[in-house]
Amino acid sequence: MKLSLTRRYDFAASHRLHAPLLSDAENQRVYGKCNNPYGHGHNYALEVTVTGPVDPATGMITNLGDLDPFVEREVLSAFDQKNLNEEVAEFRAQVPTTENVCREIFRRLQNFPAAQLERVRIEETSKNSFEVGAEEFL
Amino acid sequence: MIRITRKVEFSASHFYHNPNFSAEENRRVFGKCNNPHGHGHNYTLEVTIAGEPDPATGMVLDLKELKELLEREVMDRMDHRHLNYEVPELAGKIPTCENIAAVIWQLLQPKITRGKLDRVRLYESPNLFADCTAGSALTNGGGKRA
Repeated sequence: MKLSLTRRYDFAASHRLHAPLLSDAENQRVYGKCNNPYGHGHNYALEVTVTGPVDPATGMITNLGDLDPFVEREVLSAFDQKNLNEEVAEFRAQVPTTENVCREIFRRLQNFPAAQLERVRIEETSKNSFEVGAEEFL
Repeated sequence: MIRITRKVEFSASHFYHNPNFSAEENRRVFGKCNNPHGHGHNYTLEVTIAGEPDPATGMVLDLKELKELLEREVMDRMDHRHLNYEVPELAGKIPTCENIAAVIWQLLQPKITRGKLDRVRLYESPNLFADCTAGSALTNGGGKRA
């Protein structure tokens, strides 16, 4: 029997999908509306899953009093109400697709000291979701 | 293999308190959840069974049987109950989402006769849930990433 705990957060951000190595015409063909030079935004839902032993003294894998401020500091404060291309340094060199946002958020959270990060899942809209698991980073 | 999931909802009250902690430590660790008068949640439980459909019926198991099992094992025990006082399986445990999910797994697992219990997912709120699966548990000390 294995237990995990998942916490859901929200952030709102804008982005533009544009790959500098592609021509303008190719960018337009590949990314379509998402290539609009003025950008656009989403209400992202972020699910963070951690696993580990349940502490018998607290009944918890991790105390949300530890997880919430960690996610706030490492991710939400940097991503919420921001332009991902312009304001998150890692997306100057890579396209802020939600695949890449998932990986970047996993990278920022993987050293959470109180439990093991198992999965990061993002709903970009209610119709699109993306997830990355710890196996990707072994 | 096919996975089928049945969802039920129950409402219950609880609070978090470890009698081995001082009053101050209980407040520090458990925060608002330490309020001795308790508070409540609408829990949503998703139970997933994995198996091969019976060629004669096309079903992994009869969902009516699963519905009745959940009614008997979970709803009768937990719905409109105080989890600290009225559920013997939680006695001596802090009734967190993790511990409740584990108790539900242990109640259901031996009673599933067709297919295998694959996952118990318990939502305490839309923003917090625990998953219990068949995988091997991490032992103490295994929780930290190197």
